Amino acid sequence: MNAIASALRRIGAMTIDGIWRLGFATRFLLAVLMNSGQSLRRIHLTIRELYFSGVLSLLIITVSGLFVGLVLGLQGYDILQRYGSADAVGVMVALSLLRELGPVIAALLFASRAGSAITAEIGLMKTTEQLKAMDMMAVNPIARVVAPRFWGGVLSMPLLAALFSAMGIFGGWLITVVVIGVDDGAFWSQMQAAVEFRYDVVNGVIKSAVFGTVVSLIAVFEGYDCQPTAEGVSRAITRTVVTSALAILALDFVLTSFMFRG
Amino acid sequence: MMSRTALDLWVGLFVAIGFAALVFLAMKVGNFSGLDGAETYRVEAPFDNIGGLKVRAPVKSSGVLVGRVAAIRFDTAIYRAVVELEIDRRYAFPSDTTASILTSGLLGEQYVGLEAGADVEMLENGDRVLITQSAVVLEKLIGQFMFDRAADTPAQ
Repeated sequence: MNAIASALRRIGAMTIDGIWRLGFATRFLLAVLMNSGQSLRRIHLTIRELYFSGVLSLLIITVSGLFVGLVLGLQGYDILQRYGSADAVGVMVALSLLRELGPVIAALLFASRAGSAITAEIGLMKTTEQLKAMDMMAVNPIARVVAPRFWGGVLSMPLLAALFSAMGIFGGWLITVVVIGVDDGAFWSQMQAAVEFRYDVVNGVIKSAVFGTVVSLIAVFEGYDCQPTAEGVSRAITRTVVTSALAILALDFVLTSFMFRG
Repeated sequence: MMSRTALDLWVGLFVAIGFAALVFLAMKVGNFSGLDGAETYRVEAPFDNIGGLKVRAPVKSSGVLVGRVAAIRFDTAIYRAVVELEIDRRYAFPSDTTASILTSGLLGEQYVGLEAGADVEMLENGDRVLITQSAVVLEKLIGQFMFDRAADTPAQ
């Protein structure tokens, strides 16, 4: 009896804690947005974060995009050649990358590569009381530390997703046209006939921008909200990756059902 | 005082690569030079049966893409499906043009085919294509075939 009661109590506590954190995250987002003016005026702060979350993610995004494209090309060719339409492999690779895989996998990689780093950085700053020290010196830590990291993530994510898709299509082209021997002209022309800029490319960019915003917000928030202990920081990093992955996949479903239902 | 740093070079490179990827997706992968942004005019075409025609399906004339299906609705005044076609301004069609719903390949997608007539007047925005040919419905075709066979076979 006692065990049931305590289990129920724990569920209730978790629910309240979740709602509490959601409310704080919303207020935190508003605070970040309101303090963004300074990070845009002092653009070098944001440039620095663009370097850390964008430039340093280039390698993993490029290599993963290439391999995802290679696999898509192989699998797509294997399935499509059974129906005598191996030429359509370009369409399959391009559409699946532009609409889904590009934004989603790039965002997942971004969350684990850059999001975790942001959380760790801010969390350690909090643990070592650097944020408090800034506050004492009348430097707003949200404007000085959080907002540049947030905007760095938001700005770099669409570019990374576009690079991922482009590399994936290049990988698909490499394996099907160069290695297997699908006709080069048919590969590109069928792709161009099926892919529409406004519908497929722009929707993919919108998706990646949404993911970038969400992942960056989760990363800076978890860092700012963490328990100021070694264990708290490590927990916050784990939460950043897990929450980001869940948010990306759930939002992807919502966005897809709005964008591509017709 | 701001001065250029090594960081700026890397960030500039990153932004350039990202935008290059976007341009590649727009130009080489997507068909940006297609209808997007081109000026269009709308004509309506009533059909008895549109089969599996979808919004955004291509409108072709002699196999060349000239427009897209903008909307499909059911008109209760005439009890027929009305398909709105968005056609590129560069292509003018005579007012007695025939619109038919065709299928690309045996299992391919359905599209609207336009066959130009000989009228001197051209279709304007909001006009109606009067001569239309419905989609071929396989069940009807089979039914007709069986009916014809039955008619051809002499009664025992």
